[in-house]
Amino acid sequence: MRTIKYLLQKEFRQIFRNKAILPLILVVPIVQLIILPLAANYEVKNINLSIVDHDHSAYSRQLISKITASGYFRLIGYNHSYDAAFRAVESDKSDLVLEIPNGFERNLIREQHEKVFIAVNAINGVKANLGGAYLNSIIRDYNMDVRTRLTIPSKTASVPVFEISATNRFNPLMNYHLFMVPGILAFLVTMIGGYLCALNIVKEKEVGTIEQINVTPIRKYHFIFGKLLPFWVIGMVVFSLGLLVSWLVYGIVPKGSIVLLYGFLAVYLLAVLGFGLLVSTFCETQQQAMFIAFFFVMIFILMGGLFTSIDSMPQWAKVIAALNPVTYMIEVMRMIVLKGSRFADIIPHLLKVLVFALVLNSWAILNYRKTN
Amino acid sequence: MMEAIVLDHITKTYGKEKIPAVNDVSLTVKSGELFGLIGPDGAGKTSIFRMLTTLLLPDKGSASVNGHDIVRDYRQIRNTVGYMPGKFSLYQDLSVEENLKFFATVFGTTVEKNYDLIREIYVQIEPFRKRRAGKLSGGMKQKLALCCALIHQPEVLFLDEPTTGVDPVSRKEFWEMLQRIKKKNITIMVSTPYMDEASQCDRIALIQHGNILSVETPSAVIRAYPQQLYAIRSEDIYKLMKSLRSNPLVDSCHSFGEYLHITLSEQGMRAEAALLAGLAAEGHGNVVLKEIIPGIEDCFIRLLKN
Repeated sequence: MRTIKYLLQKEFRQIFRNKAILPLILVVPIVQLIILPLAANYEVKNINLSIVDHDHSAYSRQLISKITASGYFRLIGYNHSYDAAFRAVESDKSDLVLEIPNGFERNLIREQHEKVFIAVNAINGVKANLGGAYLNSIIRDYNMDVRTRLTIPSKTASVPVFEISATNRFNPLMNYHLFMVPGILAFLVTMIGGYLCALNIVKEKEVGTIEQINVTPIRKYHFIFGKLLPFWVIGMVVFSLGLLVSWLVYGIVPKGSIVLLYGFLAVYLLAVLGFGLLVSTFCETQQQAMFIAFFFVMIFILMGGLFTSIDSMPQWAKVIAALNPVTYMIEVMRMIVLKGSRFADIIPHLLKVLVFALVLNSWAILNYRKTN
Repeated sequence: MMEAIVLDHITKTYGKEKIPAVNDVSLTVKSGELFGLIGPDGAGKTSIFRMLTTLLLPDKGSASVNGHDIVRDYRQIRNTVGYMPGKFSLYQDLSVEENLKFFATVFGTTVEKNYDLIREIYVQIEPFRKRRAGKLSGGMKQKLALCCALIHQPEVLFLDEPTTGVDPVSRKEFWEMLQRIKKKNITIMVSTPYMDEASQCDRIALIQHGNILSVETPSAVIRAYPQQLYAIRSEDIYKLMKSLRSNPLVDSCHSFGEYLHITLSEQGMRAEAALLAGLAAEGHGNVVLKEIIPGIEDCFIRLLKN
């Protein structure tokens, strides 16, 4: 017991003296949580729009104000001709051009139909797709308005109109941060726990201090426990910091039980640290450990459902995702934080992560013996 | 007298290499002895140390330290030996004091309990006890490493090249410290590539390419030198070496600083005179020839040749 106490004391001393690692542990989660969710945003806002209005009528103005009021578009300016508007597209000032023909209002009322012209700059595919779709739906909406207005005075019966409106069950406002932040927090804990643990043990190998430790009566499991616990604690601290940041910056408060969240994290961290430990048993230098850990963490993140939904992956990719502990952490984070899932809901995840923890750690310990 | 270290036909080959790093080595170190493993780099000294300190398993043969088998009883060995690897391997980011305390604790003891044993060494680094180990000078690092290896009062102390990279004054001090530790009845096995340090040991094993060439007391090694050894020099030492090496009268010729050490194929005054006359005829000026007592290095070179 005294040995473990001293091993821990030594470990924490070294971590707190490391001028590079300590700030990293504290600053990285904060910076990443603030920057990443803002950047990783698929929702398109601020589509730049140029308008060429040849009609200058009440109807065309109505259409324009409807578009600008939607909040998705930023009106760059009115142009006299399509060519002028196109130059704005070419100089990347504008993403969309809407051309309203001369006689728009007249034709609409007299002939009951008229065409407008939309040109989309598709260099940014996502923006083009969404921008085009938004604009289309706004025009369709406007069209509906006009039809009702023009037809209602003549008839008493209203025109049957269908409208399908969708509401998101757990994130009604489609707040992207709500979805991303818990996932990124899971990713952060994985990275910090896995890397630090792997690098720390390999450092002892590289510097040669492990030789000195090996000739002492310290047991293998003492040593490994002394290595795991500090990083387990650091993982918890980083997570708490992250949770604090997501509350302060994004106002995200877990719907479910915080105790349950930490309980799952406690088990998950064991799996992550086991992974770090395993990497360290295969490596002789910190450089090797860094690259191997980087390779796996990269796959873990990309295949863990952080950015792309696992449900839309092909079958083989789903298998990889199922073998990836990060998948479960990201899922459970979203379940507890967004849905307010209870213990019974996360039991399957918990069991799987527990298996990961057991397998990775025992593999690491076995592999450790072999190198002796 | 009890045997502290016994190696019995120990062989170790690394990976797929064909040449063994340690080849069928057998030797015995008595309790309380200061035993030296003398040999150049790559002779297999470190491998022997690593096997005896249970860091490496031998391929063949057996060995014991204080009666404990190095494979079966590795746990007892770890409790009773001190090991100082060739490379400084204490925690560089911990202070002198913290390192010492840490190693005392992992051995289940305290610095206070064994302070007597390390006092003489520790007082020299005590003024720097708050300094990080990585910031110490080479000589001080060695002293700290020795303290850490001694802090649990080991019965056997293994020192792998403790004086490599240390200045001559510190080296001398270090050997004096070893002599004092020996008096406390601790068996010491030390390796070094410096032949001049060999005479400090009670007995030495000369080792080369994993093979033991001889195990003797330093004086016996020197006594075993079969021929008269001469030191010779002249104005132009390089020219002298060339003509000596082609001279049939000369048995061996090696350069030793400002002198050449030679042995003659025939003994006696007549051979000396014949050699000097021959050199004079070849035009060598200021030739000085004197009889000398061989050093360990001369013996080592002779053993290598055979």
